[in-house]
Amino acid sequence: MQIYLPIAEVSVNAFLLLGLGGIVGILSGMFGVGGGFLMTPLLFFIGIPPAVAVATEANQIVASSFSGVLAHLKRKTVDLKMGTVLLIGGLVGAAFGVLLFNYLKSLGQVDLLVKLCYVVFLGVVGGLMFIESFNAIRRARNTQATPVPKRRQRNWVHALPFKMRFRTSGLYISVIPPLLIGLSVGILAAIMGVGGGFIMVPAMIYLLGMPTKVVVGTSLFQIIFVTAFTTMLHATTNYTVDMALAVLLLIGGVIGAQIGTRIGVHMKAEQLRVLLAAMVLAVCAKLALDLLLQPAELYSLGAAGGH
Amino acid sequence: MRHLLALCLLLVPVAAAGTSEEVVLGLSQNRVAITANFDGSEILIFGAVKRETPPPADQPLDVIVTIEGPSLPVTVRRKEKRYGIWVNTDALEIDSAPAFYAVATSGPFNEIISDSDDLRHHVSIPRSIRLVGAPSHITDVDAFAKAVIRIRSNNGLYQFLEDAVRIDQQTLFRTSIALPSNLTEGDYKTRVFLLRNRTVIANYETVINVRKVGLERFLFNLSREQPVIYGLLSLAIAILAGWGASAAFRIFRQA
Repeated sequence: MQIYLPIAEVSVNAFLLLGLGGIVGILSGMFGVGGGFLMTPLLFFIGIPPAVAVATEANQIVASSFSGVLAHLKRKTVDLKMGTVLLIGGLVGAAFGVLLFNYLKSLGQVDLLVKLCYVVFLGVVGGLMFIESFNAIRRARNTQATPVPKRRQRNWVHALPFKMRFRTSGLYISVIPPLLIGLSVGILAAIMGVGGGFIMVPAMIYLLGMPTKVVVGTSLFQIIFVTAFTTMLHATTNYTVDMALAVLLLIGGVIGAQIGTRIGVHMKAEQLRVLLAAMVLAVCAKLALDLLLQPAELYSLGAAGGH
Repeated sequence: MRHLLALCLLLVPVAAAGTSEEVVLGLSQNRVAITANFDGSEILIFGAVKRETPPPADQPLDVIVTIEGPSLPVTVRRKEKRYGIWVNTDALEIDSAPAFYAVATSGPFNEIISDSDDLRHHVSIPRSIRLVGAPSHITDVDAFAKAVIRIRSNNGLYQFLEDAVRIDQQTLFRTSIALPSNLTEGDYKTRVFLLRNRTVIANYETVINVRKVGLERFLFNLSREQPVIYGLLSLAIAILAGWGASAAFRIFRQA
């Protein structure tokens, strides 16, 4: 069944969109990532204009994260205080990101920026996660008799001022690192059409030292508000939020997220991280190849004046 | 001799006009409604040639039909390899290129219309694209115009359909043009040219209206006129669906 999208002005198969939403929704529920880092390139691939894909994806992430965050709130795995600090940084970052996005769109370099961002962030984050969790699994297998007591490392994060107590996470740290993490995630949300979970989750685990259990719920909490804000900014400055596209993606997405959250409960944290890392690296490799290999069509068309 | 030739050339259009042939046109539809399940549309264009005197026996009749979507400026960008990756470098703004353009002819294009008439009436696809000035550092301007045609042809937006117009008895003609699903809204100018001896002897112009209707129209208008309300509505729907699905799952699991 073909459906004509009013804002994107293209006709696509409704079941394809539902299916994409569903698959990405499962991943979103399993890993606590918005799934945007997969969905946005997939939308480019099926012919949705990049500006519409990025803006609509932000809207869709609100929905898929909402059902996810409800599930986590019920299990009390959301650090609301930490989430709020991350959110404040995120809103500032999103505003800056939309400004940057619109400026680069007028220069015709927004696609390049988006792809470079993907390659760099996904490559670094995916690589680090893969090595770390692979080692963790090996350690767990080899030294089962003498488990190393896990002690939180004291690093530079703990030397910063403006300390605050985060009870749910069991942390007493400065608010500067979470604010900065929130800020960069907000910028990514606006530019790349992603929730930013793929960078926020590792940052929360490795930089802030938050327990893995609360990381997923807290990142979803921040993502909801930042992507909602991004949606509003794109809707009012670019008119690129396609409601019909968003609804189709989210119908698949919310159902997928519910299934994914349940799968996630039954899996070990290390296994989850290896899987996520492998997926992040796969997307990264695909995008890197697109930049490195000569494209079949060297020319591209865009609306004049970047509007 | 030279004068005679010039005279002959002058006489040709006059003689053609003397036969006074006119187009009577029919369209299968003069509006295209873009609805939620719009999947392209086939337009049947048919008509007859009205004439007072019998057609000249020695010059066969040819017909060209064009459909032209709204013209807009387009920025064409070209990638080049810089620092190992492919980056957009040169950009050229085409002053006006139709969002859709189809040409259907009754014979090989170059054999039925002269270059000067093509130029005068902007019939062929390259002639429908207008390019006024280009920055001096771009030397191969043509490549950019060709890229527009190539990309849009691949998307089914530019169609060059030779031998697609059928003519019966020098009087009746018909063709069908497929409008793809990725249409832009606007007035689609439809032209019919009658040709004899590679010269346009009559033409006729009408408009096909391509409009979004119903929910598509409502959403599009709302997004442009009330972007804040549109954005809030998008979010509300998203949150409701998210919450709704979650609630539905809970009930489903309890049952």
